[in-house]
Order: sequence, then structure tokens, then C-alpha cells
Amino acid sequence: MRQKEQSPPPSPFTPPSARLRHRKHTKSQEVFPDVSKLNGGSNLLVDDQNKYRSMWVRTLSSFWMLGGVILILYLGHLYICAMVVVIQILMAAELFHLRRIVHESKRLPGFWLINWYFFFTAMLYVYGRILRQHLVNTVTSDKFFCKLVNGLFKYHMVICYFLYIAGVMWFILTLKKRMYKYQFGQYAWTHMILIVVFTQSSFTVANIFEGIFWFILPASLIAINDVAAYFFGFFFGRTPLIKLSPKKTWEGFIGGSFATVLFAFMLANILGQFRWMTCPRKDLSTGWLHCDPGPLFKLEYYPFPNNIAELLPWKGMWISPVQWHALWLGLFASIIAPFGGFFASGLKRAFKIKDFGDSIPGHGGFTDRMDCQMVMAIFAYIYFQSFVLAPGSSVEMILDQIERSLSHEEQQKLYAMLGQIFQDQKYGYM
Amino acid sequence: MKKDPGYGAPSTPTARLRRRKGSTEAFPEVDKSNGDNLLVNDRNKYKSFLIRTYSTVWMIGGFTFVIYMGHLYIWAMVVVIQIFMAKELFNLLRRASEDRRLPGFRILNWHFFFTAMLFVYGRILSQRLVNTVASDKVLYKLVSKFIKYHMVTCYFLYIAGFVWFILTLKKKMYKYQFSQFAWTHMILIVVFTQSAFTVANIFEGIFWFLLPASLIIVNDVAAYIFGFFFGKTPLIKLSPKKTWEGFIGASVATVISAFFLANVLGHFQWLTCPRKDLSSGWLHCDPGTLFRPEEFALPEWFSEWFPWKEISILPVQWHALCLGLFASIIAPFGGFFASGFKRAFNIKDFGDSIPGHGGITDRMDCQMVMAVFAYIYHQSFVVPQNLTLEIIIDQIMMNLSYEEQRDLYTQLGQMIMERATGES
Repeated sequence: MRQKEQSPPPSPFTPPSARLRHRKHTKSQEVFPDVSKLNGGSNLLVDDQNKYRSMWVRTLSSFWMLGGVILILYLGHLYICAMVVVIQILMAAELFHLRRIVHESKRLPGFWLINWYFFFTAMLYVYGRILRQHLVNTVTSDKFFCKLVNGLFKYHMVICYFLYIAGVMWFILTLKKRMYKYQFGQYAWTHMILIVVFTQSSFTVANIFEGIFWFILPASLIAINDVAAYFFGFFFGRTPLIKLSPKKTWEGFIGGSFATVLFAFMLANILGQFRWMTCPRKDLSTGWLHCDPGPLFKLEYYPFPNNIAELLPWKGMWISPVQWHALWLGLFASIIAPFGGFFASGLKRAFKIKDFGDSIPGHGGFTDRMDCQMVMAIFAYIYFQSFVLAPGSSVEMILDQIERSLSHEEQQKLYAMLGQIFQDQKYGYM
Repeated sequence: MKKDPGYGAPSTPTARLRRRKGSTEAFPEVDKSNGDNLLVNDRNKYKSFLIRTYSTVWMIGGFTFVIYMGHLYIWAMVVVIQIFMAKELFNLLRRASEDRRLPGFRILNWHFFFTAMLFVYGRILSQRLVNTVASDKVLYKLVSKFIKYHMVTCYFLYIAGFVWFILTLKKKMYKYQFSQFAWTHMILIVVFTQSAFTVANIFEGIFWFLLPASLIIVNDVAAYIFGFFFGKTPLIKLSPKKTWEGFIGASVATVISAFFLANVLGHFQWLTCPRKDLSSGWLHCDPGTLFRPEEFALPEWFSEWFPWKEISILPVQWHALCLGLFASIIAPFGGFFASGFKRAFNIKDFGDSIPGHGGITDRMDCQMVMAVFAYIYHQSFVVPQNLTLEIIIDQIMMNLSYEEQRDLYTQLGQMIMERATGES
């Protein structure tokens, strides 16, 4: 459904004011040389019948994607993780396919299997680490499973390592004369893809189990930034932003930033009121969640100062502390996350590809949609771990952990060991 | 010094050498001259052999000296080796003509290198650093703050590099720049994974660094000697000078020497004690059950022939057997990988820092695979069974401040007390 765009011939009288800044729209539908020639020409959306149709197609797919995401959010943490994993698989498939030169891989039967083998190993490693604690908590009721799961996790690292080494040995044994360069290139490409794809999805999944809020807020901010930047660029776009993406403008960028930060503030307020979003999930169940959301999400009343209160009908605002965090997320989403998009654009130009895939009609492939999300997901995780996990709660968290996962004897042993450590610290090591 | 003269006419295949150090042969010649490689027939080979031995002796001498100096110096040595390896590998696929048009592009590589170093060593050594400054209140607060925001700092440094990269993308050079970017990442991952694990091992006890490294060297030398005398059947097309006889002989020799080397090394407290902080003084510790000799009575028939009635074995020697097995069977694949890589890109050696051996990466290719395995093995099989306890203690020491730790301690004590009174 990706059609080639016929842009109207550049006329000397159309003002450059209508240069669009639009990420979701025709970026992937222009052939690159045309765009650079048309830099002075008109890109007014209203002037083009075909653009209306492609906009319609894109809007339709956007709605379907949005609807799907909302449904999955409703279903819960486990299903969101499943969605992340599915997106991951599709992204990896797109990217693996990209560098494959068809006739070369025909002479190497089973070579593409190695890619999926490494993918499977990476998945085992990454999700094993993240979900280790959650899995243990899920099976605590059954003694046998508990032992089995604990045993598996003790040797989790060794198992994954040996799987990986087996893959490397397999790779070395399948090296064929005269195809070394291609095979090594594929090997490096596979590793890069897996690292890129798994870093961001593992951080996403870790965030999800801390509370859906920390997944949905960053993701929405990226989407909002896209849409807002498009609209600002549509109406006010004039100065081009960066050579890599010629349809982006400074006006769109700055306007989008303002809108994103504002939206972040308000969206955090709205989302923070749902327990379903803010409660962390400690195990792999799918039922309803009850928890004390903590001081971060408690709304506090801030009365306006007198002079402002006279002008406005409201006397004050309800603000929860998390909204201040959301401001930072919004700032990052609008200023730094677009560089993920620039990177993807540059990559596509460098290797002369138009889109990473064509799974989504009107949008391109999954990687096209996810390029900014990836940068954001990593930041959201790191931000959460560094600034949100309040200091006081760590003591409770760890005490909680101790109570849950250690037996009585082990707890006493821990107490004794801690005492010993403190003694050593006091008197210094020998 | 990397060049080797051509071979004589092919004669008996018996003298096909298994020599890992033999990366000085030019590849096309090796393919043609499948035959005569007898060392004794070649004067020039004596000279290159001498040069190689000379450098080897220097390397071993320097290495022993650093081991004597201690953990901190070994760490410094690892970092220096790392820098050299990265430099070699960065230069490998660089094309001078493109680079001239991209001023400041190389600095980007070193920026990422520095960020990676901060991240990796910050993580590994944070606990040790905390212990070193535990006495000084001010420094302790400073260090704790730094560790708390360590991840964010490194992330923003990385993002800064990322943004810088995008802003320096030049038209018509996209492909080169992206390839260099990917190449940089791959290099840093390869170099830092193994050095991170090496350093982690060092601070668990020099033994866990020295033993795997020595096993690789022993394997090399043994394979050379066995291949020299018995080498006949080629092992793998990638490295034509390797033979099955060398491979198997070396495996047996490595496993046996692992067993005995572990015994010898395990008696030194300098090597077996973990280092909990960043000091460099002498170490005293309880070596633990792993290094306490146990007496095994020898069977009757044995003691009739030999004067010993029983032998003392350290339990760690059994672990050393596994390490030896890995070093001889799997670690050489690191060498094959490097050989294949060099062929793929038509390079002879990764560099030429070490006379007679090539670059530092040439020496380290098998070590890298071994270091990672040694760390994983140590974490999974050697560390005491109460793993969960260690994890929690680590968490407590790392994530909580001084006051919070005391707070936790008192609360835990209360909890236990309440439970005790409740049950009685």
C-alpha cells in the first residue's frame, strides 16, 4: 500500500512557508532525490489529492494501532510484555532481512538460522534476568516448581553463555571460503541488531513491571511529540532543521517541544490516578492490582497566589509529585528522542533503503515506528531507577525482599553477616 | 619482522606445525606449500623464533612483576592492554582518505571508549571504592552520590556522543560514518566485556585471573610442541598450520597442568584472597574451604611403586580441570574467529606492537574467550551456595546510605526478635 508520491511541480510563487514538518506523513513516501530538489518548492498538503489519500491510509493504520495498544493496556502487564516481545520479533525479522543479499544466502543453507538462534539465546538471557524475581514469586506456592526454578536460575548465566558459545562455534564451523567477508558482516550486523532491539525492550519490560505508568507515559509523549511537531510544522514551518530529514523545521521542533512538555504535565496527572497504571506487579499473575501507590502519586493542593487567583476562576491546582518528573520526561522526549529518528533516517540514506519494512500500511515497518521509542524507553528506565526510586522506599523494598525470599534461618544468617560487616567497617580491615 | 621467507619445495607433511604464534606466515604461501615446514631446515626461522622467544620472555617477565605488585596494578595493566587493543582495532578499518574529510571523527571513538570505561569500571569497582573511603565521612558521601547517579551520568555521556555523531553526518559519507559507528560499538563491546570480567575476577582473587591466563599460554605452547613432533592431520581450513595431533595432545597436557598448577598457585594467600577495597597492601584472609588441602589416601598398588602414601589435593583443583578443558577445547575457537576475521578483511595482523607476535589483539584473542568463561564459571560454581544472601547483602551495601543500612539492620533485628517472641 505504499505508493510513490507524485509531488506537484515546484512553482516559483508558492511560498516556502508551507514546508511541512511531519514525521508520520509523507517522509517515507518521497523518493530522496526529489525531496532535495524540491527544497524550495511547495509541499502544501492541501494542494495534493494523492496526499489526502495517503494521509487517510496512515490515519487508519494509526487508529488501528492505537486501538490495539489500548486493548492490551487494559489486559495487563503480561500481555503488554507479550506485545513488546512480538514487536521485538517483528523488528528483528525486518532488520535481519535488510542486509541479506538473496543470492549469497542461497549458497549458505541454514545461515539465517544462526540469526534466530542468537535471537533466542538473547531472549532467554535478557528476560531470564529481568523476570527472575517475578517468576520466583509466582511459583512460591509449589515446592517442586520453586526448587526447579531456583535451580535453573542459579545456572542461568552458564546456560545462556554455553548456548552463545555453541552459536559462535557453529558460526566458525560454517565459514566458507570466499564468503568470509559476507559472513562476518552478517555476524556483526546480527549482534548490532540484537543489542539495539534487546536493550530497549528489556528496559521497557522492566519499566512495565514497575507500573504501566512508566511505560505508557514515555510512549505517549513520543507519539504526542510527533503529532504536535507535524501540526506546528504544517502551520508555521519555515526554517529547515537538519539536512538528514529535510521536512523537519525548527518551528515544528520548538512548538512540538512546548506542546509535549505541557501534555506531559497534564497526562501524568490523569494517568497517575489509575491504580492499574501506578501499581508495580511483583509476580506474573494477571489479576487486578491493589496497592498503596505511594507519595509520588498523591495529589496535593497548591493554592494560587492571590493576584493570579483573582484573574482565574480556579483557586488552586491539584498536583502530584510525579508530574514534575513527567516534565523531565517530556523535555527529553521532545529534544533528544527525535535524534533516534534522525539516526534511522541517516541509516536509511547510508544504505539506500526507503523503509525498514512494509508491515504497517502507510507507515513502513515496525522499526520506522519504534526508532524514537527506543531512545525514550532506555531513558525512562534509567530516569526511573536513578530519580524516582525514593531513598526511603529502598529500605522497605529490601526488607520486603528479605521477608519474602529468605527463610527464617537465612534471615538470621543475614543479620549475623550484616553485623559482622558493620563491625569490620568500624575497626577497618586488617 | 613480520615477514617470513617463502618455503622450500613441499616435502613430508609430517612437519606441519601447529603453531598459534605463527601468524607471521603470509596466507597464500601457506595454501600452496602444504608441505615442508620443518623448523630445523630454515635459518631465517631460527632468527624469527629467537625474536619471538625474546618478546615472550619480556612479556612473561613483565607479567610476573605486575602480579607481584598486586590487584590495583594488574587492573592498571588490563586497562593499558585494553587501550592498546582498542587503538589497534579502531585503526584497522579506518580509511585515511575519508578521515581527512571528517575532522574530529576519531575523537568520537575515544569519547565512547571513555564512557564505556566509566560505566564498566564504575559498576564493578563501586563496592570496592565505597569500602576504601568508608572511614572518611565527606568522601563517603561524595562517592555514594557519584555511584547513585553513575548510570545517568554514563547514559548522558553516551547520548551526547550519539547526538554529536548525528550532527557530524556529512552528505555522501553516511555509509562510511555509520559503518565506523557500528564498528566502534562492536570493538568496545568485545574489548570491554572481557576486560570487565577479567577485572571482576581479579578482585575475587588473583588466582582466578592467573590460572585461566596461564592455561591459555600452556595450551598454546603444548599445541606447538605436539604439532611440531607429531603433527599430521590438518584441523581446520581457517588455520592451516593447526593439526589434530597438536590439538588433542595439547588438551591432555593442559588439563594435567591445570590440575597441578592449581595446586601450586593455591598455596599463596596473595593469589587466593579476595580484595575488598582498593588498597594495595598485603592480604590476609581465611582462604576458605576451596583452598584447604585435603588428604587422599592413594590406592595400594600405587604406593607399592612410589614412595608417597597419600597426596593432598585442594578442592579447587577439580574446578581447575573444568577450566583446563575449556581452555583447550573451546578457547582456540577465539583464535579461529580472529583468523577468519583477518582473512575476511585481508589483514595480516591486527597491529605490530609486539615484535614477532603481531599486535596485542593477536595475543589476546583466546584470552578473551577464556576470561569471560572464567568469570561465569566462578560466579556459577565457585561462589558459595548462599547466593541469594550475597546478592541481598551486595544490594544493601551498594544502594543504601550509611544511615539507611543501620536503619535496615535495626528493623531486621526487631523483625527477628518479634518473630522469636511470637513463636515461643
